[in-house]
Amino acid sequence: MTRDSPYDRVIRLSDRRRGSAGRSGSSACLPGGEVLQEALPVHAADASATALILASLSGARRPVLWVADRMSRRENGLLYTPGLRRLRPFGSILHVEVNHPRDVLWAMEEGAACGGLSAVVGEIHGAPSVLSFTATKRLALRAEASGVPVWLIRSADPAELSAARARWRVSARPSDAHPHDPGAPGGPVWEADLFRARARPPGRWKVHHDPSASEPADRLRMVSRSADGSLEGDRAERSDGTRT
Amino acid sequence: MQKDRTVPGHDVPVVLATDGTHGPVVHAASAAARARDVHIGARVADAQAIHPDLHVEPADPDGDAAMLDRLALWARRWCPWTARDGAEGIVLDTTGAAHLFGGEAALLRDMADRFAMQGLTARLAMAPTRGAAQAMARHGAAFGICAAGEVEKAIAPLPVGALRLDAETVRLLDRLGLRTVGALGAVPRTALMRRFAGLAADRNPLVLLDRATGRLPDPLNAPADRARRIVRTRLAEPVMDAAPHLAELAARLCTDLSEAGEGARLLRLTVYRIDGDCRSSDVATACASRDPDHLLRLLHGRLDRIDPGFGFDLLTLEALRVEPLDAGQPGLDGARDPDADVSALLDRLTARLGPDRVRWSAWRQSHVPERVERRVPALGAVPADPPDPARERPVRLLDPAEEVRVIYAVPEGPPARFVWRRVEFDVLRREGPERIAPEWWRDRPGTRLRDYYKVEVRDGRRFWIYREGLAQDGRGGAPRWFLHGAFA
Repeated sequence: MTRDSPYDRVIRLSDRRRGSAGRSGSSACLPGGEVLQEALPVHAADASATALILASLSGARRPVLWVADRMSRRENGLLYTPGLRRLRPFGSILHVEVNHPRDVLWAMEEGAACGGLSAVVGEIHGAPSVLSFTATKRLALRAEASGVPVWLIRSADPAELSAARARWRVSARPSDAHPHDPGAPGGPVWEADLFRARARPPGRWKVHHDPSASEPADRLRMVSRSADGSLEGDRAERSDGTRT
Repeated sequence: MQKDRTVPGHDVPVVLATDGTHGPVVHAASAAARARDVHIGARVADAQAIHPDLHVEPADPDGDAAMLDRLALWARRWCPWTARDGAEGIVLDTTGAAHLFGGEAALLRDMADRFAMQGLTARLAMAPTRGAAQAMARHGAAFGICAAGEVEKAIAPLPVGALRLDAETVRLLDRLGLRTVGALGAVPRTALMRRFAGLAADRNPLVLLDRATGRLPDPLNAPADRARRIVRTRLAEPVMDAAPHLAELAARLCTDLSEAGEGARLLRLTVYRIDGDCRSSDVATACASRDPDHLLRLLHGRLDRIDPGFGFDLLTLEALRVEPLDAGQPGLDGARDPDADVSALLDRLTARLGPDRVRWSAWRQSHVPERVERRVPALGAVPADPPDPARERPVRLLDPAEEVRVIYAVPEGPPARFVWRRVEFDVLRREGPERIAPEWWRDRPGTRLRDYYKVEVRDGRRFWIYREGLAQDGRGGAPRWFLHGAFA
């Protein structure tokens, strides 16, 4: 048993992810711990959810199945693979582009049962009736049976009921300072708000992405923005200082 | 290059051209072209200068050979031994087959009719030996039939080139005054043997003459017929639903395939309906497979696309394309092969959604963003690593780019405020421009260049916007602004 929080909250050892020992709590809350997770982009046409998911999968070398329905392709744009080099240096992406959300769910279920994939990502725009609680429950059970991480990007969705094991609200934040040009956008920064989770406490994090880190697990740096006191923020900042 | 696919009429002289040492030469000529004295081997430029209306098409020797091979297999409807003969012929061994068609003359007439039905003209001849038959077909009268003891007499008037000698030997015989096969046959054999002892058998005039007259054996080496992997189920009563019978069909087909050491790449399920019609559905696999459960799952997805009509009483399942597949040794730990899992997933997705919906990315050398990436059907392609672009590229790309309305423009650089999808955005930070010029070898004339900027708006979203064209570049009015993608 370790004390991980200023509020005497006891966190079980199994909740701590590998590699987090001896480091700040920031990497313990990386997305990807649960099997079925949802990302809800706050704004339209915001690539931050896509980028966060791909960055969290960056270490896996096997193919990723990416399924998108017609509306999300129109509203959010197509996945543009030349731009993913910084987020996900290895592994190819199998694109499945279908018209109806029903086919997205079917293809995701097929992919979730396939152990040869490193992840399955589905995109559904709006809140269609086929994306019900039962559908997400089926998906979660299928994913838990095989252990393949499954992500669902629900754009323009008012957080309908879902059986996802962790639900994130993701939005872009003003970027880091550019190293050479003060007027230019720098490294990407996102805000990840874990508002529902089964096995961990919810929270909000500011996520920095640093493609130059050698270890894929170190590329995402999460700084807590939870409203629960300054101690959390202090600790995160101190750990950043020691790491860099 | 857009090819003109209209077929020219019979009166238009058409030639096929191949590359020669000094430019294209005539490879083959149509009857209308031959009537105008266009020779095989003449230069296309010369022929076009003489006949300006000459229609020239590129020749396709490989395609011709493949077509002849298929035609030779089709010709097994007349006799079991057929083979392609050189680049422009088919040879059939009709021993013991002619009486089935009412005699040799009737057999030749039947062949001529059936070739004509396919739109092909054929010169046909029949002789006791292969050499005599090919010589008569190419150089003798049409529909020549040579009886058993008359081979020498039949081929005597033909030129010596009819024996398939090479040009050098023909020229030598010509100098010796031996212009016909008959003249060659009249020369004492010892003299010919001495003179051409150094030549290989397939160029030696004496050997070829002996083969044509039957003194030397000249057997036909017919390629073996491709084994068909097909299983059938006959039903006592017509049924409407194929699903209960598929498991048995798939199991039998997989047994056949495993005995032959093969795996199926393309399957066809056909139902023969009681109204005499048949319906079929094809299923492809990403890698060779003979797993009955996997094939069954693929076929189940296709059943709703087969119209059973009033019922059917015969089902066939055929492996149209097979590949060698050795039996694999499963690991002792019971772990599944991840590559096999992925290819099985590809098969299932493709069978249900269609090959144009399940795709890998492929890349092209281009600077225009929407041209760099294209998608290729996942069946039959292998995934490749993406290129490493010199500049940062967005994660998502809008295709086509969407026009934005500029509210507050600045003279140099991106707009400070713009409207996209009815929302107003304030640009706080910007980077650029990156100029991408049109590719004149691909684009329409008048395509404008693009200046790309990465801009960050107030809430943190990072967009890729571009200005199309410059003011007063002579390619349209005022430049327009487009939003093309979103960065991470």
